[in-house]
Amino acid sequence: MSRGPEKVGNTTRGIAYEEPLLFERSRPGRRGFALPPLDVPEVEPEALLGAEACRETIPDLPEVSEVDVVRHFTRLSTWNAAVDLGLYPLGSCTMKYNPRQNEAAAALPGFAGAHPLAPASLSQGILQLMAELERHLAEISGLDRVSLQPAAGAQGELAGIMMIRAYHRHRGESRDRVLIPDSAHGTNPASAALNGYRVQTLESGPDGLLHPETVAAAMGPDVAALMITNPNTLGLFETHIEPICEIVHTGGGLVYGDGANLNALLGIARPGDLGIDVMHFNLHKTFSTPHGGGGPGAGPVGVKNILAPYLPVPVVRELAGDEGEGFVLDYDFPHSIGRLHAHHGNVGMMIRAWAYIRSLGAEGLRRCAEMAVLNANYLLSRLRGTYHVPYEGRVMHECVLSDRLLQGTGVTTLDVAKRLIDYGYHPPTIYFPLVVQGAIMIEPTESESLEGLDRFAEAMLAVAEEARTDPERVRAAPTRTRLARLDETRAARRPVLRWQPAGPSKRP
Amino acid sequence: MAEYEFPEGLRYSEEDEWARLEGDRLVVGITDYAQQKLGDIVFVELPEAGTHVEKGDRFGSIESVKAVADLFAPASGEIIEVNPDLEDHPELVNEDCYGDGWMVVIAPDDPAELDDLMDAAAYAKHVESRED
Repeated sequence: MSRGPEKVGNTTRGIAYEEPLLFERSRPGRRGFALPPLDVPEVEPEALLGAEACRETIPDLPEVSEVDVVRHFTRLSTWNAAVDLGLYPLGSCTMKYNPRQNEAAAALPGFAGAHPLAPASLSQGILQLMAELERHLAEISGLDRVSLQPAAGAQGELAGIMMIRAYHRHRGESRDRVLIPDSAHGTNPASAALNGYRVQTLESGPDGLLHPETVAAAMGPDVAALMITNPNTLGLFETHIEPICEIVHTGGGLVYGDGANLNALLGIARPGDLGIDVMHFNLHKTFSTPHGGGGPGAGPVGVKNILAPYLPVPVVRELAGDEGEGFVLDYDFPHSIGRLHAHHGNVGMMIRAWAYIRSLGAEGLRRCAEMAVLNANYLLSRLRGTYHVPYEGRVMHECVLSDRLLQGTGVTTLDVAKRLIDYGYHPPTIYFPLVVQGAIMIEPTESESLEGLDRFAEAMLAVAEEARTDPERVRAAPTRTRLARLDETRAARRPVLRWQPAGPSKRP
Repeated sequence: MAEYEFPEGLRYSEEDEWARLEGDRLVVGITDYAQQKLGDIVFVELPEAGTHVEKGDRFGSIESVKAVADLFAPASGEIIEVNPDLEDHPELVNEDCYGDGWMVVIAPDDPAELDDLMDAAAYAKHVESRED
């Protein structure tokens, strides 16, 4: 029986690649290189390097040609969901579009070819860009100084808490407790614990907000800091932030602001003005650098002047007076918490963030925040009633729903997320924040048009309708993907982390 | 409301642990409500035997496909035994939370602390109040 193509000509369905593991493409003796005949005297590697440096057996590596490797990884890349393909509503992650202009800036030969060991005199352009980016981030956040060193948000957070610890220690105070509301980001307790702090969770109120009396009741002379995320993980602006910061400051503590949700505040409110002493920036969220799959990130950390002596080194400094003109890397911070990253940090991300900030300008950044907030509220208003809204109120850049109204259908948040894949969407964040049972956390960002938001809302509404009319279909989803629903439980309980040859590893 | 099993004779904490006194050994695990809410459990992190815990201390964590939750000590004392089977078979917590899915055995400092915990009926009410 022949199965002809469904469409001929301008086809969109004719090519869909399967791809085995690279190991399964392996054939004995296949190579991706060819070496010329040896034209120097042959030496025994053991004689040259010592026997301890030489392997006795060669590990079982795939034997493949160059085209095998290129096709393998290119095919895998076509399986990705990406913001370049569609809306990526992953709450708390700010999956905004990454403008190509950023890439053009980072690819300029002067930047792309710069070497981290080049002397300052030959690196003035990059140093000036770093100094400017520091100033821009300080201006946006209302803080005094910024270090671009940290390689990711989590490291910026770690640096921030290390500075808080250094500050208290320098003042001869032993404080060992950190307060963290239950609506804060999940990494906050880890950063505090890594610094040896005991973490006390503060309960948010029935309105989803942290209340000053909760903080006052928990405050004590052993409290080093409050770590707060604003807007919080429910997407709500912490309206009591100023009195809360005052309570912590009066008690001798400092306030850490998690910058992950800064996208909602750009050009509208500055964390430093609200009482935050130290915060990190996620350049890959707010400032449109790529969300790498573990690739280079950047999580600059900004501080008020009281914490500036503890900044990680090096810090970019503009020369003044007799020193002449230009920029240098300054290591002269005797109280610094130390180095967090080799050389200048992940410079490629800094260039992209600088290009983004400079291309939008102050007005453009404010417009980002306004559109991000408008988009989240628009989605919320379209989905309210069909999906349960656990905390009412004007949301900021993201909204949190739950599966409560689907109770009785047998369909849960996980099923909704899986079914959205069939509709062509990367699922939202699910089961976070933990304060909402069956949470569905949606952050559309400012990148989406009204039509794009409507299409997503229609998909969400259609899934809820299916939950009532055809729940089995939702629970079986995804069905239109290469692989149907995977057994995530088994994958977590019995992970297979390494390829193992099935029987003889090589063909005869 | 979903169906949960809360056996008589056990003591229950607000954080959804159960405790069963067997002579001078206090066996501790999580309740049927907790395991149902968490869903399929994929990892249980427990302390080393010999650790001393205060009542209310976090002594471990439990991870499901949905969430990670802390485990809190229902009474003060020394942890004298840790369920060795949970490392390779976390599903025991789902299958038999009051039996093979037990987590630790504590030698309680003061068995009278158990009086602060709830009995099955009080705990069932506590669960019900959160289901609304």
